[in-house]
Amino acid sequence: MRRALAAASLVAVLSGCSPQPSPDTTVFAASSLKPAFEQLAALLEQEDGTAEVAFNFAGSADLVAQIQQGARADVLATADESTMTAAGLPATTIFATNTMTIVVPADNPGDVQTLSDLADPDLLVVVCAPQVPCGAATVRVEDASGVDIATDSEEGSVADVLGKVRSGQADAGVVYTSDVATAGSDVRGIDIPQAVNTVNRYPIAVLGDDPLARRFVDLVLSEQGRAVMRDAGFGLP
Amino acid sequence: MRDLLPRWIYLPAAVGAVFVALPVLAMFSSVSWRTLPELITSEASVSALLLSLRTSATATLLCLLVGIPMAMVLARSRSRLVTALRPVVLLPLVLPPVVAGIALLYTFGRRGLLGSTFEAFGVQIAFSTTAVVLAQTFVALPFLVLSLEGALRTSGVSYEAVAASLGASPTLTLRRVTLPTVAPAIAAGAVLAFARALGEFGATITFAGSLQGITRTMPLEIYLQRETDPDAAIALSIVLVLVAVAVIGIAARRVRT
Repeated sequence: MRRALAAASLVAVLSGCSPQPSPDTTVFAASSLKPAFEQLAALLEQEDGTAEVAFNFAGSADLVAQIQQGARADVLATADESTMTAAGLPATTIFATNTMTIVVPADNPGDVQTLSDLADPDLLVVVCAPQVPCGAATVRVEDASGVDIATDSEEGSVADVLGKVRSGQADAGVVYTSDVATAGSDVRGIDIPQAVNTVNRYPIAVLGDDPLARRFVDLVLSEQGRAVMRDAGFGLP
Repeated sequence: MRDLLPRWIYLPAAVGAVFVALPVLAMFSSVSWRTLPELITSEASVSALLLSLRTSATATLLCLLVGIPMAMVLARSRSRLVTALRPVVLLPLVLPPVVAGIALLYTFGRRGLLGSTFEAFGVQIAFSTTAVVLAQTFVALPFLVLSLEGALRTSGVSYEAVAASLGASPTLTLRRVTLPTVAPAIAAGAVLAFARALGEFGATITFAGSLQGITRTMPLEIYLQRETDPDAAIALSIVLVLVAVAVIGIAARRVRT
């Protein structure tokens, strides 16, 4: 027991002290951007063998809070403009848009067909909490459509909503269209009519003057980047 | 009494104490005291606090119901099977709470091992307060079991042996000898379990969801408030710290006397 403890503390000390290889550029991005951005980073790293892009994927509000607390980021891409404004960044570019969609388990146990079905209190429906961007977007859809979703849980992120639908714990959820595009075959999307849907605009900005950060943002905004974004289920500005 | 400790030991002990106390002090120092009353009496805050107290109390009760027998079996049984099972029973202690939540999901979830059975009986666990209590009980149980088992091992079986030799049945011995002997340990274990249940976050958010008044306990409310209103998150954290300190303080006094 004592030896095990000694070994454990040694490992802890070693791992704490070993120098981390510092990546060339650090990108803070909204969780929904993960599949597309990882693909783009791979492209960039392939092009230039020495380039290295490190990611921090999290909720947009979290990312901004981390930067305000002093976290080092070279690029920030959030899921809505208000979080970007909160970060106090002047030069931002809108590079993608995202709409909301209903997501159900592949076998659709609740037999959900339209948005108004989500008002059924017998169905287990999960959405994002109004405090996070995907939840704010859901509220806008509710307002525009007049459908009062009978919510059973307000999650902190799209990933949590998706997880609860994927596991069959919930009958339906409301997430970004791009999330369903990359979620795999366990779930499927049911469109929300364009007339009542809401469009989230994704801004991106370079913080500081790192040349590789600039190149990453240029790639995102390029034709190639737009194609990747489209394949990941995003709309384009 | 002369101090038997070597003097140097106070240095690392002080470093440890500062390491634990400083973050809490830092939090207190960043509270906006002016808006504090307003922040902690909002409907969402009060509802979260009441839910937390209610679910943690229920979880503690469940822990006592099954935890006391578990500790007794673990401390007294000589069966190899019990020895082999001991690490399993204590697993929640070392399991990351999120993992505990996933494990519970695959057990009591609607598509889990037992979930469909519960659904068949019309019991719905998904996104209910029951799910919160289950998550809290799961993570808090080992705290009670471990502290009580230790006390039982320390107290030994000599009094029980005497009671048995005088003709007392095992149940009578348990009631009149064992339980009174370890009562302080039961109380201490229950307090630990309650405190752990109060702070439960990972398993709850993974397994139970988050809805005001139903599943959104204090830690979940704090996590959510942090998104938009860091001041409110800190204010609620202070309340949670004070509740936890009060519970531990009261219990420590009880156990000592």
